[in-house]
Amino acid sequence: MLEIQGLRKTFAGFVAVNDVSLTIEARQIVAVIGPNGAGKSTFFNLITGHLRPDTGRVVLDGHDVTGLPPHRICRLGMGRSFQLTNIFPRLTVLQNVQAGLLAHRGRGRDFWSRSETMFRDDAEALLQSIGLAAVADVIAGTLAYGNQKQLELGIALASDPRVLLLDEPTAGMSAGETHETISLLQRIAEERGLTLLFTEHDMAVVFRIAQKIAVLYQGRKLAEGPPAEVRVNPEVRRVYLGEHA
Amino acid sequence: MTVSLIAAQLFSGLTTAMFLFLIASGLSLVFGIMRVLNFAHGSFYMVGAYIAWQVVTWLHPTGGAFWIAALASGVGVAILGGVVERLLLRHLYGQEELYQLLFTYALVLILGDTAKFIWGTDQLSVQGPPVLSGGLHLLGTILPYYNLFIIVVGPAIAIGVGLMLSRSSAGRLLRAAAYDREMLGALGANVGLLYTGMFVASSFLAGLAGALITPIVSVVPGMDVEVIVQAFIVVVIGGLGSFWGTFWGAMIYGLTLSFGILVFPEFSLFSVYALMAVVLIVRPWGLFGRPIR
Amino acid sequence: MSMPITNSLARPAVPAIRRVPWTLLIFLLLAPLAWIGSRYSIFLVTEITIDALFAISLNLLLGTTGLVSFGHVAYFGVGAYVCGILMKTYGVSFAIAFPAAGLGAALAALVFGYFCVRLTKIYFAMLTLAFSQIIWAICFKWNAVTGGDQGIADVPFPDMQWMDSIPGISGLSANARFYLLALTLVAVAIAVIGMITRSPFGRMLTAIRDNRERAAFIGLNVRAYELAVFVVAGGFAGLSGALYGIFTRGVFPDYVFWPKSAEVMIMAILGGMGFFWGPAVGALVLVWLNQEITNYTEYWPFVLGTMLLVLLFALPGGVLGGLAGLYGTLRRRMGRRDA
Repeated sequence: MLEIQGLRKTFAGFVAVNDVSLTIEARQIVAVIGPNGAGKSTFFNLITGHLRPDTGRVVLDGHDVTGLPPHRICRLGMGRSFQLTNIFPRLTVLQNVQAGLLAHRGRGRDFWSRSETMFRDDAEALLQSIGLAAVADVIAGTLAYGNQKQLELGIALASDPRVLLLDEPTAGMSAGETHETISLLQRIAEERGLTLLFTEHDMAVVFRIAQKIAVLYQGRKLAEGPPAEVRVNPEVRRVYLGEHA
Repeated sequence: MTVSLIAAQLFSGLTTAMFLFLIASGLSLVFGIMRVLNFAHGSFYMVGAYIAWQVVTWLHPTGGAFWIAALASGVGVAILGGVVERLLLRHLYGQEELYQLLFTYALVLILGDTAKFIWGTDQLSVQGPPVLSGGLHLLGTILPYYNLFIIVVGPAIAIGVGLMLSRSSAGRLLRAAAYDREMLGALGANVGLLYTGMFVASSFLAGLAGALITPIVSVVPGMDVEVIVQAFIVVVIGGLGSFWGTFWGAMIYGLTLSFGILVFPEFSLFSVYALMAVVLIVRPWGLFGRPIR
Repeated sequence: MSMPITNSLARPAVPAIRRVPWTLLIFLLLAPLAWIGSRYSIFLVTEITIDALFAISLNLLLGTTGLVSFGHVAYFGVGAYVCGILMKTYGVSFAIAFPAAGLGAALAALVFGYFCVRLTKIYFAMLTLAFSQIIWAICFKWNAVTGGDQGIADVPFPDMQWMDSIPGISGLSANARFYLLALTLVAVAIAVIGMITRSPFGRMLTAIRDNRERAAFIGLNVRAYELAVFVVAGGFAGLSGALYGIFTRGVFPDYVFWPKSAEVMIMAILGGMGFFWGPAVGALVLVWLNQEITNYTEYWPFVLGTMLLVLLFALPGGVLGGLAGLYGTLRRRMGRRDA
C-alpha cells in the first residue's frame, strides 16, 4: 500500500532523516515512535510532499509520489492531520468538511453553482460519524481543542483517503479525550478500510492500536516489528528507558 | 559618449545611490528585524528636511548652522519615531501585514498634511555648509564638494551600523530577533525595548537623510511619497533586511537610473521597477540577502 | 462556547439574509436617482458605484482569499487606458472598448499574477506593487500611446442614443444616462462576483485564506487557485477603470499611481473586508466624506489618515463589522430578556 524506501533528508548539514525504509500493508495500523527530535515530523513531511527528500522513494499504491506537491499526493489517496491543529478557523465546522468534499470531488473549478447546499448531506453524515454534528454551524476556530483535532480528522476523511497519516493525533488531549479519539480512529479505520500511519508519544495508545511499530532514533530506524517484539527489543528499551525512566 | 559625460553620470549616480542608501538603510533595518514594511519612512525623511529648514531659518536666516540643523533633524525625527512606536505600532506586532502596512500608510497621510499645514506648499531651500561650497574638477566635469561629502558619508554610516550590528551584543540579539521573535523572548531579552530602539535608530537615519538632502533639492510636499518607493526598490534589490544588500542595492539603483537615462531616456524609470520585479521573481530574498526559513 | 440547541435538520439550507437578491434590490433603489436626483447627487453616486466595483474586486483577493495586493490599481489603470485609448484614439465604440478593457486587465493580471502567486505575504505585496509601478512608469513615459504625464483628455461618452427607445429615458441628460449605464454594468459585474464568491470555487478561496497548508492537503493546487482569482479580480478592476475613465472624461497616470492602491484598500477595510458588501459601503463612506470634507478643508488626507488609525485600532472589522457586532450584542440582550 505504502512503500517507503531509503528516505534521507539533511538540513544544513544536519541529518534529520537517515535512510529510513518502511513498508505498510493495506489496512495495517502502523505507529512511528521515537524521542523528541528523532525525525518523526520530518519523516511525515517527506512522505506527504511538504519536504522533498534528498534521496529515497515514496510509492503509494504503485504510484511513485516522491517529491510531488502535497495537493497531488492528496489526490492520489493520502490524507493527513498535523501535529498543530490545522483546520479552516473562520469557516463553520460544516464548511470545513464540505471544503474537503468539494475539493476531493473536483468541484473547486465550479464558478457558478451555489456552494452552500452542495454535498450537505454527505458533510453532515461525516460530521455525525466523527461526533461533531451538534456543532455543525459553529465557527471552527472557536471549538475546544479536542474538537478541533476531531474536525481535522473529518477534513482529512472528506478526501476519502485510503492511507491516513496522523501526526500526534492525541497531542495535548486529556485522558478522556485521548480515549475517545482512539476509539473513534479505530472505528473509522475499520469502517472505511483505512491504512493508518501515525506518530504518538503516548505509549499506551501505541500499544493499544498499532499492529506494527517503527522506532526512530536520531534520524535512523532503530527497530521495526509487531508491538510485542518492539517492546522487548533491548535497543529500544535502552533509548526509551534512558529517556523516560 | 565622452569621458566627461560618463564621469558626470557616474558622480550623479553615486550621489543618488548614497542618498538612497542613507534612507533605505533605516527601512531595511526595521524590516529585517521587526518585519514591518514602513511606508512612513519617507515621511520621516520629509519631516527631517523640513526641520532642517526650520532650524536653519531660526538660527541663521542668511545661511550657516547647517550641521546643527542636520543633527536636530535626526534627533527630532528619532523622537517622533519613538513616540509612534511606543504609542501605536507596538500594538500591531504579530497582526496581519495588511494592518501594519495600512497603519504606516495612515502615518504617511497624516504627516504629509501636517507638514503642509505647518510649512505650506512652497518650495523651501536650504543653503549647504559654506565649508563644502565649490567643487572638484575631475575627468572633465565638476563634482561639488557637497556631493563628494555625501558619497563618503554614505559608506561611512554603512560601516558604522554594520559593525554595530555584527559586533555588539544588542546587534546579535537583533539579528536573532529577525529569525525568531519568540526565541528571543525565551532568551529573556527585552524585545519591546529592543524594537523601540531599532525604530528610533531607523527614524534617526531617515531624519538625518532628509536634512542632508536639503542643499541639493528643495523641500516640497510630496517628497515623502516620491522617495519611499525608491527606497523600497533599493531594499528589495539588495534583499529585505540585509544591510550590505541595501548598500549594493542603492548602488545598482543609482547607477541604473543615471546611466539608463543615457541609453533609454524614456525607460529609465521603467527599468528600475523592472529590476525590482525581476529580483523579486528570481531571488525574493534579494541579490545579497539570505532566504529566511 | 455555546452549543446550538437547534437540530441540524431544522436549519434552513441557506439563511434568509443570504437569499435576498441584494444586488437587484440596491440597483432598483438607486436607479430612480437618474430621474429625481440633482446633477451633483448623480455625479456622486456614479463615482461611488464605480469605486464600489473596484473595491469589491479587490476584496476577492483581500477578504476572500487573504492575498494582500498592493498593486490592484494596475489593473484598474490598464482597463482605464485600454478603454480610453480605444475610444479616443481609435474611435472604437464603447460596446467593444468596455469588454476589451476587462480582457486587457485580466491578461495583465494573468502575466503578472503568474509570478506574484509564487510569493507569499510581504513579498507578494511588494511584487504586486512593483508591477503596478511598472504599469505606471509605462503610462507616464510612453507619450505616443498614453499621452505621458498629460494622459488622455476628452475621452468621449459612449453613444447613448439607443437609450431613447427605452420608455422614460428620452428626456434624461447625458450624465444621467451614463449613470444608468454604469449602474447597470456595475450591478451585473457585482452579481457575477457574488456568484463566484458563493460558488464552490469561492469556498476553496476562503479555505486557502484560512489555511494555505491545509488547503493544499485537501487536494487544492493553491497557486493555481490564487492565480485564477487574481485574474478574475484584475478583470473586474479593469471594467471599473474603464467606467472611471469615461466618468472623469480622461485617463491620467495618477490613476495607476500606488497611493490609489492604498485608497481602494482603505475602502475595503473601512466597510469591512469580511463582508461581501463591505467594500461597497467603504466606497460610499469614503467618496461621500471626501466630498463633504473637502468643502471645508483642503486637509482631506489628514482626515483620511486619522480615520484609518481609528479603524485599525478601534474597529478592525470595518463599518459592517461594527454593525454586526452591535446587532449580535442587541440580540443576545433581547434573548436574555425573553428567557
